[in-house]
Amino acid sequence: MSSCNYILKPRQFITKGDVSVKKIKVGIIGPGNIGSDLMYKIMRSQYIELAMMTGVMESEGMKRARDLGFKTSIEGVNAILAEDDIKIVFDATGAQHHLKHAPLLKKAGKIAIDLTPAAVGPYVVPCVNIDKVKREPNLNMITCGGQATVPIVYAINRVAGAKYAEIVSCLSSKSAGPGTRQNIDEFTQTTARALEVVGGAKKGKAIIILNPADPPIMMTNTVYVQVEKPDIEAITASVNDIVKQIQVYVPGYKLRVPPILDGDKVTVITQVEGRGDFLPKYSGNLDIITSAAVTTAEKLAQELLAGEEA
Amino acid sequence: MSKAKFINLVDTTLRDGSHAVSHQYTVEQVKAIASGLDEAGVQYIELSHGDGMAGSSYNYGWSATSDEELIKAGSSVIKKGKLVVLLIPGIGTIEDLKMAADCGVKVVRIATHVTEADISEQHIGMAKKLGMMAIGFLMMAHMALPEKVVEQTKLLESYGADCVYIADSAGTLLPEGVSERVSAVVEALKVPVGFHAHNNLTLATANSLAAIEAGATFIDGTCRGLGAGAGNTQIEVLTGVLEKKGYETGVDFYKIMDVAEDIVEPIMNRPQVVRNASHDAWIFGRLFKLLAAYLPCSREIQPRS
Repeated sequence: MSSCNYILKPRQFITKGDVSVKKIKVGIIGPGNIGSDLMYKIMRSQYIELAMMTGVMESEGMKRARDLGFKTSIEGVNAILAEDDIKIVFDATGAQHHLKHAPLLKKAGKIAIDLTPAAVGPYVVPCVNIDKVKREPNLNMITCGGQATVPIVYAINRVAGAKYAEIVSCLSSKSAGPGTRQNIDEFTQTTARALEVVGGAKKGKAIIILNPADPPIMMTNTVYVQVEKPDIEAITASVNDIVKQIQVYVPGYKLRVPPILDGDKVTVITQVEGRGDFLPKYSGNLDIITSAAVTTAEKLAQELLAGEEA
Repeated sequence: MSKAKFINLVDTTLRDGSHAVSHQYTVEQVKAIASGLDEAGVQYIELSHGDGMAGSSYNYGWSATSDEELIKAGSSVIKKGKLVVLLIPGIGTIEDLKMAADCGVKVVRIATHVTEADISEQHIGMAKKLGMMAIGFLMMAHMALPEKVVEQTKLLESYGADCVYIADSAGTLLPEGVSERVSAVVEALKVPVGFHAHNNLTLATANSLAAIEAGATFIDGTCRGLGAGAGNTQIEVLTGVLEKKGYETGVDFYKIMDVAEDIVEPIMNRPQVVRNASHDAWIFGRLFKLLAAYLPCSREIQPRS
């Protein structure tokens, strides 16, 4: 029932002999929190390796990358463009910047993984639609709330038909950076659209709540779906299946409240605990989007590597 | 207080009061209440889903009538006063704000949790661009100390807010808690300061007075005290209290009494009293840090403003 058969094998199944396998070189633009977390995740990857971290000025993030032995540059996108070996580029800057970067990267034949709300290319949720969009030159990672809730809506829609999907994402205040704060409408609007375009709901609505409680809360997502066929058994099986798919790349993702049916309304609550790579564990909202981005890049890298071999 | 001071009364029967009627206001009811308040001389009349524009949802309760229809209905009858809407960033968006402006809304209150003022910058900016009066509205003010409230209201002022509000959304503050916060903000900011009370401790009127004495010049209330939880300050009574105290409001005490009794009261589903559940908010406030991690998502922080 899943479209996620591609999902990477858990690492323990990869034999020692694979270490000599060639990896695809990737770059990161934007050495902030997201960029740094991506860096740590890429370091674990079997399919991609970080060739360069770029920004527009010296910063903690740049230093961190250098200390780990990575090449850095303050020439931003231009430094990446000058590196022919870099095939995939994570853009962790801002929407306005990505709008400028996107055409340059495309022209240079580099695949862009866009972690900004620019949405130049199609939305991607690894466990839902990666096979449909894997040939695109630019992929957008939606929002953290989108990565956490679209799969649930998708899972419910495929067995019960989603007339309306509404999600409420609660994040700890500490994990919502200035970019999210200055443009919170992009979260609500982009997430709502993704519930429709990727999740399959006829109509989507998204609400975001920043919770300042200390110690910080884990990201919690409430998903309400008005369904056409209120078959709770099919819905539960489908949701359980997709949760397993998400857990492959976000181990801290869990179902806090399994599907509850009330008339034609299904309610599901999920929680996301981050992996604690660079960002603290309560930043599950950031972890899920960086994990999704790296998983997407790995999938594309596998395609590229397969293409080279063929 | 030697000289009579003008206090701007903001009626939110059609917004915070909407909670008390489960967001079931009809076009006819809105027209009757809004025109009654307008004739009584209320300058600011707030109207929206209780959780602001776009609040109609599974999570916050469905409105019987869309925001747009209700706003148009309010706009069509308000002649002297100004129609106000509430927007909570994270729920409503700039698109809702534009819709409201198109419907003739002149004032918007942008509400955030008391520590999260920086999510309101884009909305305040857009309100100013649309030629609206922008009021920055900090909810759950009891959860922050006066210094923090000052810091956050300063942000609102820096974004262009024409007025900042301190909202005791859980009705938890005692008059001294109100005074501390309001006077600190009045001292630190140039723009006028407002106060929005809840009646969980039956101190809504007393707290409103404390706010005024501390320098607030915008005060909220609702007819019959209609509002989330224990309700708000009862505006018709507050009008009388302020008159007795020597403040001017421009509101006709007898006319607003009639609006409350003849128009609002017949609509009410239940008397607006302080029930035990209203104290959940108070306990909730005190134990917030402990409980927050364990409560269901939708109740964690989104306050009823």
